[in-house]
Parts: sequence; structure tokens; C-alpha cells
Amino acid sequence: MSILHTVNKSPFERANLSSCLGHANAGDAIMLYEDAVIAAMNGTAFAARIADAAKGCKICVLGADLKARGLDPANVVAGVSVIDYAGFVDLAADNASVNAWL
Amino acid sequence: MEDDFDGGTVKKFMFVNRKAPYGTIYALEVLEMVLISAAFDQDVHLAFLDDGVLQIKKGQDTKDLGHKNFSPTYRALEGYDIEKLFVEQESLEERGLTAADLMVDVEVISRADMAKLMGEMDVILTA
Repeated sequence: MSILHTVNKSPFERANLSSCLGHANAGDAIMLYEDAVIAAMNGTAFAARIADAAKGCKICVLGADLKARGLDPANVVAGVSVIDYAGFVDLAADNASVNAWL
Repeated sequence: MEDDFDGGTVKKFMFVNRKAPYGTIYALEVLEMVLISAAFDQDVHLAFLDDGVLQIKKGQDTKDLGHKNFSPTYRALEGYDIEKLFVEQESLEERGLTAADLMVDVEVISRADMAKLMGEMDVILTA
């Protein structure tokens, strides 16, 4: 059964994303939103880990949160999908359970 | 499995604890949720990872803190038929702890096995 993992805190402030990446199974989805969207960008200290995770998991980032922070959706790590709120809802519906990494 | 919750379905619940106790209210709140879930005869699993392993460290004494020491409650979970407690090996090691430092009987499993177990759950609540 696949899980949708959600992360909404910056990986530079908390270990939520790190822990999530360590517990995501192949076929799971990981949704980055709110302050976690920085992790989706090219050139950060987390970019390599995101690129690696994208090989086995579906990694998505909320476009509205990138836009609000002046982060360019065209400059996300290869393999990361920029999605909207409706896409977020689809992810929740498409996976058997949701794990919100508080 | 016994299903005496009228018309209800027994689901596999996992409560994932990943924060240390006392610094925030999360650990105590999750414990409250766990006790409530027991009243509904659900298949409850408790996971302790990251700083959450500190919640069940032996020898907690909060007298000087003026804060209630709720750790004895973890030992009472057995009485509510909550016996599926899992602790992540890597999280213990990172903090210089072993299973001998814990106040309750738990199953120590690897991060990879913890991830697999999460994949078997119907509902996951992480805090």
C-alpha cells in the first residue's frame, strides 16, 4: 500500500524531511508544501537527496508555495513535479494513507 | 479479530512519536490519542523514532520541572491491550541508547523495517 508523505517545514530548520526520506518506500509519494518547498529547488544542500529519492518515489511540490516565496517552478530538481491544490487532493486520493511528518 | 465496535471496521492505526517529551505538548497529546483509540478496539501500533525514543527512556523525574511525569502511562498501555510497540534501532544508536534504557518492552526494528511497517497501516498519525 502506498503512502502520501507530506512535509511542510524547511529541512534547514527541522529534520522532518530527512526522516521522511528515510522512511519512504518505493512507490510512495512525497508532497513538499509551505516552508518545505525550498527542498525542491536546484542548488540547495538537499538537492542530491531529493534527486535520489525521485528515482523511487513521486516527489511533488506545491506551485502556489513556490510562487509565494519567489522560487522559480522551472528551477526545481529534475524529477520533481510542480502541482496545484487539485493535484494535492488527487495525491491524497490516489494513495492508501497519508503520513503528515509533523 | 474481535469487532464489537458496532458497525465499525477495525483498522490498523500507527501513532508515530518523533519528538522528545516535555519540550512540547506533542508526546502527551499522542499518548491521549492512543488511549482514546484503545476504547474503539482498533489495531493500534506505536512507533518511536527520532527524538521520540526519549519518551520511553527510563528514569524520568520531572519534579523540579513542575510538569507531570506522564511516562508511567506507557507502562500501563499493556492493560489497554496496546502491546505493539516498535522502536527504531538507528534512532536509539544516534542518541547513545539501547533497548536496556527503555522502560517498556518493545520490538527494536531497523529504519527499513519501520518504513515497511508504515506501508501496512491504514492510518498513520505522526507527531
